[in-house]
Amino acid sequence: MWDRQTILGILSYVFYAGLAAASILVLAAPFLLGVKGRRCVTAAVRSLWLHKMRSFLSVLGIIIGTLSVIVLMAFGEGSMHEALEEIKKQGATNIIITSVKPPEEASTTRRAFVARYGLTYDDLRYYQEALGDQVVSILPLRIMPAEVRPVLAGNRMVQGRVIGTRPHYAVAFGLENALAEGRFLTEADEFPIPANVAVIGSDIAQTLFPGESPLGKSIKFSGKDRAFVVVGVLKSRHPSTSGAIIEQFNNDVYIPLEASRALLGETQFIRATGARSAEQVQLHQIIVTVREMSQVRPTAEMIREQLSRYHLKADWDIKIPLDRLEQAERTRMRARILLAAIAGISLLVGGIGIMNIMLASVTERTREIGIRRALGAKRSDISLQFLTEAIAQTTVGGIVGVILGLLMVVIAPFVAERFFATHLPAKIHVPSIFLAFFFAVAVGVLFGWYPARRAAYLDPIEALRHE
Amino acid sequence: MAVVAQVIDLVKNYQMESVTVPALRGVTLAFERGDFIALMGPSGSGKSTLLNILGCLDRPTAGTYILAGRDVSQLSDDALSEVRGRYIGFIFQSYNLIPQYTVVENIEVPLLYQGRLNRQTRRRCIELACLVGLGDRLDHRPTQLSGGQQQRVAIARALVNDPEIILADEPTGNLDSKTSDEIMQLLCALNDAGRTIIMVTHENDIAAWARRVVRLRDGRVEADYRMDRAA
Ligand SMILES: Nc1ncnc2c1ncn2[C@@H]1O[C@H](COP(=O)(O)OP(=O)(O)O)[C@@H](O)[C@H]1O
Ligand SMILES: [Mg+2]
Repeated sequence: MWDRQTILGILSYVFYAGLAAASILVLAAPFLLGVKGRRCVTAAVRSLWLHKMRSFLSVLGIIIGTLSVIVLMAFGEGSMHEALEEIKKQGATNIIITSVKPPEEASTTRRAFVARYGLTYDDLRYYQEALGDQVVSILPLRIMPAEVRPVLAGNRMVQGRVIGTRPHYAVAFGLENALAEGRFLTEADEFPIPANVAVIGSDIAQTLFPGESPLGKSIKFSGKDRAFVVVGVLKSRHPSTSGAIIEQFNNDVYIPLEASRALLGETQFIRATGARSAEQVQLHQIIVTVREMSQVRPTAEMIREQLSRYHLKADWDIKIPLDRLEQAERTRMRARILLAAIAGISLLVGGIGIMNIMLASVTERTREIGIRRALGAKRSDISLQFLTEAIAQTTVGGIVGVILGLLMVVIAPFVAERFFATHLPAKIHVPSIFLAFFFAVAVGVLFGWYPARRAAYLDPIEALRHE
Repeated sequence: MAVVAQVIDLVKNYQMESVTVPALRGVTLAFERGDFIALMGPSGSGKSTLLNILGCLDRPTAGTYILAGRDVSQLSDDALSEVRGRYIGFIFQSYNLIPQYTVVENIEVPLLYQGRLNRQTRRRCIELACLVGLGDRLDHRPTQLSGGQQQRVAIARALVNDPEIILADEPTGNLDSKTSDEIMQLLCALNDAGRTIIMVTHENDIAAWARRVVRLRDGRVEADYRMDRAA
């Protein structure tokens, strides 16, 4: 319960709440000082309005700074959010071991050559024995790509991916609540007698059985006689875009592993650019699901060791969905570093802009300062006046920047998709609004300080004499 | 008559790099409540220096300044601000109104810094504007007013905190003779109503409105005499 993640989460909320509170306190301070402070605020707003263009130019740095805080946080957050969604789909506690055709076999031109590679039932058995308690499930999969086995029903045909697997596929992929109709595969489908049943994806269901329920209907696989009875239909699922492969779950057909062995045998013939090639793969994938996220890496390491010891060829690959999270975390970190750099630079630029304009304003209004001092204003009254003015400027700049930033977050992914064909995940990060706002207020305080102090320490007599 | 302000052996030196410029070399004067004093003397005689010290804008190098029964010669900057706000009204040669403020807002400024701004005091500001003859110009800004009108606003502002002394530095220096007369009449009326006014001038016919003349020369009192008011 009190793990690192939770504590970090709470800390970050405390941090952002602190920022918000500090900004509000600074903005409320003049009002707490009574009529004097209120006059300062109205005077500041009035002078802002009077010199609209000048004020705009002087807070441009602030606008850019706050805008970039909002935008960069949104991109960092967007990729993080996407990764989390991704992992939710693939399972953060999963380790995915895949058979890979080794490079030396891929380049062969010999005819009538059967490439044998990949994960074996021996591997599967080994994991079942060696990993034992720390895993929730070990899931074998045989995957026949769509171009190999078209799926038929009556006179309709569809290109579907046929997956031979075990019932706990549903657990590993969180499909318990993903059924539109019927049920998923059960133990009874495997044992004692392998049953010829199938669970189909939503697209397959729609193409083969438009406008009717597929339950109880039979489907066939091209070139085979045996019919499979549909026992379940899955809801539509969003494609996963992990890595380079886009997995379209909606075109999947799930059949019991034993049935797939009996039906399709171990050897698959692939027709590619005229040449017929054949390959023998016992298992295409083994998905190991561990109990805790912290066990993912050590378990993956064990598996990696076993594979490199027993497989002579580089015919396997381990993929960890959790890596996606780390990748996203790195993206977010990069966005934050970029943010810190840009925010820092625009803090400096924005701050100098404000300082410059405030110093000019102090010089321009030296006489006024002298008058106020003669009429009873203390040094603190004068510095409050100029500080308020600086903060008013940066606050307005901050508000403008936040609004522009939010607009950009909404528009940028659309533009990227439309004109640059790039996927740009962005998600508005609410605490970043506080951060940006705090940043604007803080620049006002920091860089308004010196001009305000300078105004306060003018000699009243000199100031009155100033032209 | 009661003494409202008193300076004893007042010395003021200005330090210019290595040279010390003496501006006041021991001035002793007492100002009575309800008096109207004209401070005269040639240029460089120390009039402005004395007025700045009387106005608590500056501290003397040596000597004592007692205002409203209290030694204010070596107060802190904040305390001096407080004293200015409570006991002193300023009228300047160049009016010195705050340009972005309206007539009423300008009159309010001293109250603002004393934290005494409220509905009642605002009414008082409007009354004062009426008193100086600007009842129909309450929301005008200084640039929309003539020199004489601006000086009237400044006079109203000098009255708003009900000061012990009003200090005027050549109040008619920027005005034509007709407007000058009007302003002097206003100041005399205020003096008749009991206000203590100390006015710097180098014009004899302006000084003629006063009841007492103090002449300075080289930082010393050269002459100090009473006279009957002209007109
Ligand atoms: N800020 C200052 N720095 C140096 N010397 C000054 C300063 N102000 C006034 N003085 C000198 O003090 C003397 C008195 O000046 P001032 O009080 O301005 O005379 P007045 O107002 O009668 O013309 C002059 O010699 C003047 O040069
Ligand atoms: Mg002078």
